Amino acid sequence: MLSMRSAPAGVGLDSNAKRQNSMKVLVTVKRVLDYNVKVRVKADRSDVDLANVKMALNPFCEIAVEEAVRLKEAGVATEVIVVSIGPKAVQEQIRTALALGADRGIHIETENSPESLSVAKLLAKIVADEQPGLVILGKQAIDSDNNQTGPMLAALTGLSQGTFASEVKIEGDEALVTREVDGGLQTLGLKLPAIVTTDLRLNEPRYASLPNIMKAKKKPMEVKTPADLGVELRAHTELLGVEPPAERKGGIKVSSVAELVEKLKNEAKVI
Amino acid sequence: MSEAVNAAERESMEFDVVIVGAGPAGLSAAIRLMQQAQDAERELTVCVVEKGSEVGAHILSGAVIEPRALVELFPDWKERGAPLTTAVTEDQIYLLGDATSARRIPNALVPKTMHNHGNYVASLGNLCRWLAEQAEALGVEVFPGFAASEVLYHADGSVKGIATGDMGIGHDGQPKDSYTPGMELHAKVTLFTEGCRGHLGKQLIEKFALDKDADPQHYGLGIKELWDIDPAKHQPGLVLHGSGWPLTGKGQEGTSGGFFLYHADNHQVVVGLIVDLNYSNPWLSPFDEFQRMKHHPLFAQYLEGGKRVSYGARAITKGGFNSLPKMTMPGALLLGCDAGTLNFSKIKGTHTAMKSGLVAAESVFKALGENDSVGQDISAYTDAFKASWLYDELYRSRNFGPALHKFGTLMGGAFNFIDQNLCGGKLPVTLHDTRADYAQLTPAAQSPKIDYPKPDGKLSFDKLTSVFLSNTNHEEDQPSHLQLKDASIPIGTNLPTWAEPAQRFCPAGVYEVVEEASGPRFQINAQNCVHCKTCDIKDPSQNITWVVPEGGGGPTYPNM
Amino acid sequence: MATLIIAEHDNSILKPATLNTVAAAVAIGGDVALLVVGEGCQAVADQAAQVAGVSKVLLADNAAYGHQLAENVAPLVAELAKTAGFDYVLAPATTTGKNLLPRVAALLDVGQLSDIVSVESADTFKRPIYAGNAIATVKSLDAIKVITVRGTAFDPVAAEGGSASIEAVTAVHDAALSRFVGEEVAKSDRPELTAARVIISGGRGMGNGENFALLEKVADKLGAAVGASRAAVDAGFVPNDMQVGQTGKIVAPELYIAVGISGAIQHLAGMKDSKVIVAINKDEEAPIFQVADYGLVADLFDAVPELEAKL
Ligand SMILES: Cc1cc2nc3c(=O)[nH]c(=O)nc-3n(C[C@H](O)[C@H](O)[C@H](O)COP(=O)(O)OP(=O)(O)OC[C@H]3O[C@@H](n4cnc5c(N)ncnc54)[C@H](O)[C@@H]3O)c2cc1C
Ligand SMILES: Cc1cc2nc3c(=O)[nH]c(=O)nc-3n(C[C@H](O)[C@H](O)[C@H](O)COP(=O)(O)OP(=O)(O)OC[C@H]3O[C@@H](n4cnc5c(N)ncnc54)[C@H](O)[C@@H]3O)c2cc1C
Ligand SMILES: Cc1cc2nc3c(=O)[nH]c(=O)nc-3n(C[C@H](O)[C@H](O)[C@H](O)COP(=O)(O)OP(=O)(O)OC[C@H]3O[C@@H](n4cnc5c(N)ncnc54)[C@H](O)[C@@H]3O)c2cc1C
Ligand code: SF4
Repeated sequence: MLSMRSAPAGVGLDSNAKRQNSMKVLVTVKRVLDYNVKVRVKADRSDVDLANVKMALNPFCEIAVEEAVRLKEAGVATEVIVVSIGPKAVQEQIRTALALGADRGIHIETENSPESLSVAKLLAKIVADEQPGLVILGKQAIDSDNNQTGPMLAALTGLSQGTFASEVKIEGDEALVTREVDGGLQTLGLKLPAIVTTDLRLNEPRYASLPNIMKAKKKPMEVKTPADLGVELRAHTELLGVEPPAERKGGIKVSSVAELVEKLKNEAKVI
Repeated sequence: MSEAVNAAERESMEFDVVIVGAGPAGLSAAIRLMQQAQDAERELTVCVVEKGSEVGAHILSGAVIEPRALVELFPDWKERGAPLTTAVTEDQIYLLGDATSARRIPNALVPKTMHNHGNYVASLGNLCRWLAEQAEALGVEVFPGFAASEVLYHADGSVKGIATGDMGIGHDGQPKDSYTPGMELHAKVTLFTEGCRGHLGKQLIEKFALDKDADPQHYGLGIKELWDIDPAKHQPGLVLHGSGWPLTGKGQEGTSGGFFLYHADNHQVVVGLIVDLNYSNPWLSPFDEFQRMKHHPLFAQYLEGGKRVSYGARAITKGGFNSLPKMTMPGALLLGCDAGTLNFSKIKGTHTAMKSGLVAAESVFKALGENDSVGQDISAYTDAFKASWLYDELYRSRNFGPALHKFGTLMGGAFNFIDQNLCGGKLPVTLHDTRADYAQLTPAAQSPKIDYPKPDGKLSFDKLTSVFLSNTNHEEDQPSHLQLKDASIPIGTNLPTWAEPAQRFCPAGVYEVVEEASGPRFQINAQNCVHCKTCDIKDPSQNITWVVPEGGGGPTYPNM
Repeated sequence: MATLIIAEHDNSILKPATLNTVAAAVAIGGDVALLVVGEGCQAVADQAAQVAGVSKVLLADNAAYGHQLAENVAPLVAELAKTAGFDYVLAPATTTGKNLLPRVAALLDVGQLSDIVSVESADTFKRPIYAGNAIATVKSLDAIKVITVRGTAFDPVAAEGGSASIEAVTAVHDAALSRFVGEEVAKSDRPELTAARVIISGGRGMGNGENFALLEKVADKLGAAVGASRAAVDAGFVPNDMQVGQTGKIVAPELYIAVGISGAIQHLAGMKDSKVIVAINKDEEAPIFQVADYGLVADLFDAVPELEAKL
């Protein structure tokens, strides 16, 4: 079979980590509009048009899967479980994650993609059932751009949180998470189990290989409903409409550099 | 990365049948193979590789689809929910005189093949998405995001299968961190269904001299847009075809092609122009012809106030019967538009591509049942093909030209014009058209320049804004998939002789001649490429070779 | 109606993003209270009390809040929101606000509206989705509305002129779930592209890589980052990580100066959300002028050195 790439530095294994040798990692994956596809608002402005457009794994979730798989390859994690919440179609993204190296999938079937708090409530139940040592989520989904689910899950489970991670190291019963914060990097020590959300620079996800895609089809996938988990979903927001962003209009032409500098100083006040 | 290194590292997988390309031809073949296997309770492994990031991502067609082959594949296609929902309600055919005038050809005089009663306006991409679902449900392995980059051969020269391209090679040819070597997919029989100007199909035609008894193949470039229009102007099922202006302008004599505008569902219309690639004026720009065409009142009446949703382009194989190569070879078959099964008298290649897949699947299944050795030539296909309605249809369209000529005497010059331009009067009977399309260009100095109007941003647009709507992308750090046999030709030969026509025939702005202090430089923006294959066809020096980029790259067409 | 805003600060200085958030609260209406939570942050509270439109400053000064760990701060905010009867909890949509507020929302069992760009009514807001390629109008159905605010969408209120009272909050929450290990403050003479307040980018018109020195001189004067178009990168003028656009970096500085860039849509996709766009191009029909607030039709080799001289 294909040779696996050796785990890169970020997930350095220290001797203490061996103690975590029964650690499961739970990864969440969301099905979103493909990064390369331009989103279009429906003519009636009720929502965006997703009919027949390519959907994909949320890029931040892909990074989350990669990180979990690397932890497993490094011997830190024993099992990587992926969860997705949404209609049947999200199983495609679970399969993608399985092809990237996750071990089994859980699909929580809902009619559409629920709001972040509902997602967090469902995930909290899975965390209670599975008792993972680490939960890795994307920092945000590139469709709704909410940037919420990770911290919400941390609140509901009462666990520590490390958002915007660019490096994750497991040391003993602590996760050392380097976070990309405004103006620099911050490192926190999180008591395990912990909730981590990924930023872009955490790793570069691998490509799924053909044999792994085929194997993924045979990996176990459980399907549950919110009712199975005893969670009742409630709406917290209502979408009233969606519009395209205002088009930028051209301004004025200036006749000289002097005029330009004057305008930037006194009119736009940006220099 | 040298091939030797590749071969050493590559893993392989074995299948009974490997199919290259998830278009209508490949998917129909896959489905029929599995249907037969189920009926016969025989184990069969079939896999389809597709270079698009998903099935349908690279499919661009009209399309008015004739359901004949679909009915054969799934008699209950309607119940199964095939996305053919908008029946054609009305056919209109026009001859455009100039930028403002149009003449409608009375229905009675429209040749029968141009009637679309019983056909559907649909997105072929969506039909393929649906076909892929059906195929997977039958047990076919469909692998989007994997491009077949190489044909593999047995020692005896028969086809052994294909190799998928390596992933994660940098522009310098060196493996990157994400490097994943390609896979070898070995099969008893490999079906090549890459569509028009398949990159591997081209190699096979040459290697096995499949076209030695055929006329040179001919091509057109189809450029298409999808528009949301004012619901008040929308007439689902209305189908417009025609020809004439703008391809008939001064200095463009001999340029032919035809347009289409179909009213689909959802208050959308598709509008497109197919420019025959045997045009001679190197200043011609199919893209700009199409953009200015939309200002004609015939199109503007629908498009004004609307919003363009998508853009794309794809070449079309239109040589028909006379150009059809031999379709079998040891270990492999060449099917659909990869061979050239399109019926240009109808401008339809979907049902014919599907039928070629169906017939092939039956021949292959039977042959493998009798003898499951690798590398055999399924020559029974040729007889089955000849006995099918597909052959009959293609054969008959051979006479389409002369028939039109007869109509022409009735209708006068106008009809002759349609014969020439729209219905491909040159096509099925261009017995003397033995000059390949790339050899048709006259030198730039002897050709009148064409002055295209500036796009207005409402009905017409520039190339880059258009490519934006095709959702095209390629990983930037990879070797260019547009290869020059000789890097000096664009500036050394093509520029002085033909003013480097690639700048104009490429509908995605891939090729640029950049003026620099040190002189002109040929720039290839491979990232923009929408995989239409025109450069591979039309480059007058036949110096550009289109090869597959990293799998998943290219357009991401929705609903095209 | 009352709004609680989490002040953005580093224990000594109140960050300007707070002022934009106050502006959003003013647009909502009602009383505005600022919560300063940290350690040794009295000075911040004093600054906060000056902010126009703020009626009250709550100061939670404790070692447990020193690094504003979400595990410790969130329960405090949730408790305040519930017991002090706030209808809104707002924070700037900075990494601090984005880290903290969802945790607060979940503790309150309410949803959160992220990154709002306008206030339509007391319960309805606009927010960008799909990386700003669509704007959603969303109504909150919750009793307490938890919201992060995109700073650039609201003009800041005045930092001075207010006279709020300062009240100490004594509740201490120490979850002991996480600890601060260290930080590394980005330091460089030239800011990173995605974080820069001003960006000057060059295109194919620059002619060669050496000419980018012209832009660097301007950048030095403005504290700007230097970017490029794909054509400039492909021609080998500058490295790939300087590319702005669809397949490069997406930036939204206060000032973006495009020099010798035609303005293809793929480039615009990376910078169209900049507050002010300046274009310098010798072709007066270049599409960049259709989006530029200030356009200068000139040869860049004359205009850029002159610009540098006049700054
Ligand atoms: C304007 C607006 C209106 C909406 N209206 C409605 C509505 O009317 N009805 C409704 O039901 N929903 C509605 N939603 C919800 C929306 O469709 C999202 O599913 C929801 O906001 C989830 O947030 P997110 O994915 O952006 O979360 P984020 O917090 O940005 O996601 C972070 C991470 O959480 C994980 N995650 C998130 N969702 C899932 C999931 N489904 N499965 C697995 N992992 C997941 C992923 O790892 C993801 O990377 C609306 C959203 C918006 C923005
Ligand atoms: C503008 C335009 C309008 C048209 N209008 C109509 C119409 O109205 N009605 C009609 O019936 N027909 C129409 N056609 C023709 C019709 O689209 C084609 O005849 C038909 O698509 C051919 O099917 P195919 O399966 O042979 O190839 P294609 O549909 O081209 O499919 C080939 C597939 O193979 C994939 N592929 C190619 N090479 C590789 C590789 N090396 N590795 C992996 N995958 C690969 C491609 O990405 C693609 O998905 C039109 C064509 C055009 C361009
Ligand atoms: C899939 C895809 C992704 C892409 N991603 C990106 C991306 O991320 N970023 C990006 O930038 N592009 C991207 N592009 C490319 C984009 O379409 C344009 O080709 C590119 O932006 C053009 O760069 P330019 O403006 O520098 O060059 P040009 O279009 O050649 O423009 C040069 C300009 O310089 C002006 N000029 C020349 N000399 C002078 C002078 N002496 N003084 C003043 N002005 C002068 C000219 O008038 C002209 O307007 C992408 C394209 C595709 C298809
Ligand atoms: S580079 Fe060739 S194949 Fe690609 S879009 Fe241009 S003409 Fe078509």
